[in-house]
Amino acid sequence: MDITFTLIAQALMFAILIWFTAKFIWPPLMTAIENRQKTIADGLAAAERGKHDLDLAAKRSAELLREAKEKAADILAGGDKRASEIVEAAKIQAKVEADRIVAGAVAEIEQETFRAKEQLRSHVSAIALAGAGRILGREIDAKAHNDMLDKLVAGM
Amino acid sequence: MSTEHALTPSSYITHHLTFNSQPVQGGFWSLHVDTLIVSGLLGLLTFGFLYWIVRGVTAGIPCKRQAAVELLVEFIDDQVKGIFHGDRNKFVAPLALTVFVWVLMMNAMDFLPIDVMAWVYEHVFGQEHWRAVPTSDINTTFALALSVWFLMIFFSIKVKGLGGWIHELFCSPFGSNPLIWPANFLFNLIEYVSKPLSHALRLFGNMYAGEIIFLLLGMWAATGLVGTIFGALLGAGWAIFHILIVVLQAFIFMMLTVVYLAMAHESH
Repeated sequence: MDITFTLIAQALMFAILIWFTAKFIWPPLMTAIENRQKTIADGLAAAERGKHDLDLAAKRSAELLREAKEKAADILAGGDKRASEIVEAAKIQAKVEADRIVAGAVAEIEQETFRAKEQLRSHVSAIALAGAGRILGREIDAKAHNDMLDKLVAGM
Repeated sequence: MSTEHALTPSSYITHHLTFNSQPVQGGFWSLHVDTLIVSGLLGLLTFGFLYWIVRGVTAGIPCKRQAAVELLVEFIDDQVKGIFHGDRNKFVAPLALTVFVWVLMMNAMDFLPIDVMAWVYEHVFGQEHWRAVPTSDINTTFALALSVWFLMIFFSIKVKGLGGWIHELFCSPFGSNPLIWPANFLFNLIEYVSKPLSHALRLFGNMYAGEIIFLLLGMWAATGLVGTIFGALLGAGWAIFHILIVVLQAFIFMMLTVVYLAMAHESH
């Protein structure tokens, strides 16, 4: 167990190795490691941000969907309402039209009746005159009796 | 094992625990060539490997070997971060990486089977004595511990100034009353002496003891069939346990280095 010059030689070697490590090995390795750590940290932060954005987008899409559904329901309700309004209006119009047609028909019927009556009257007077002529066997002074007949016809 | 030696237990152990020591001028001025070459080669290999990784490093998707190195670096960085509060990237963390990796590799030389390697050293490289575990050479552990010790004093003075450091020597931990200056100084002196001693001897003791136990098991294996079986079984067990010791001791050595330097940066 003898201490010799070996000790000093070893110390020298040690010093060289320390210098070499401190100058050429440690700094580049540490730089690489720290750069990678930064890259990974950035990547993780970006992923976190992406996740957050995704959450927001999901929330927003749900919101939009809900709004769209509401709007669709509104539109459907409005459509239903409008349709029933149109039906009601159509009913009313149809009734008015029907009434008008009925009134027209009634008026026409009345007119026809009147015309038939007129025709009938003139025929009745002629038939009455002819019948009276036959019964009496002689000519009747049409002139003399026309007034009376007319009054008769008018009385019918 | 050398065939010229008579194979006795003590010669076997002595043979394995003899350094390949080459005198420069004799006495203190001699070099343990085995320790120096193995630790130097390991340093070249390991830090060359790290440098190779660093040259191809990318901040994008790392390849597997870069990921492995980054795992190591981040592990060290985490440890240093917990103890040292300052700009660790400038010196302390690279120092911790150097200490951990180098000590780990030197400790790991203990995994090589001693007798097989002894044959290789002798017959392939022509070296009769060769100890392959640099950290079981007290010169290595003291070289590291004393380097850390000097760095500790250097940073103490750098951070607090020479006056601040001397003030701390006399006024902490008990207070600045002149009556207790000697007590403070004695306390700090003991601390400054014990730090490198415990730092160096802990690693050395563990690795040296590990080697001795491998040698004893190897000796037992040479005593007969039963010895061979049990020696092999226990040797395997000890080798597995040694995986823990090797890594743990490297880790402890690194942690103590960081703790000492962190203490040097703190004012009391």
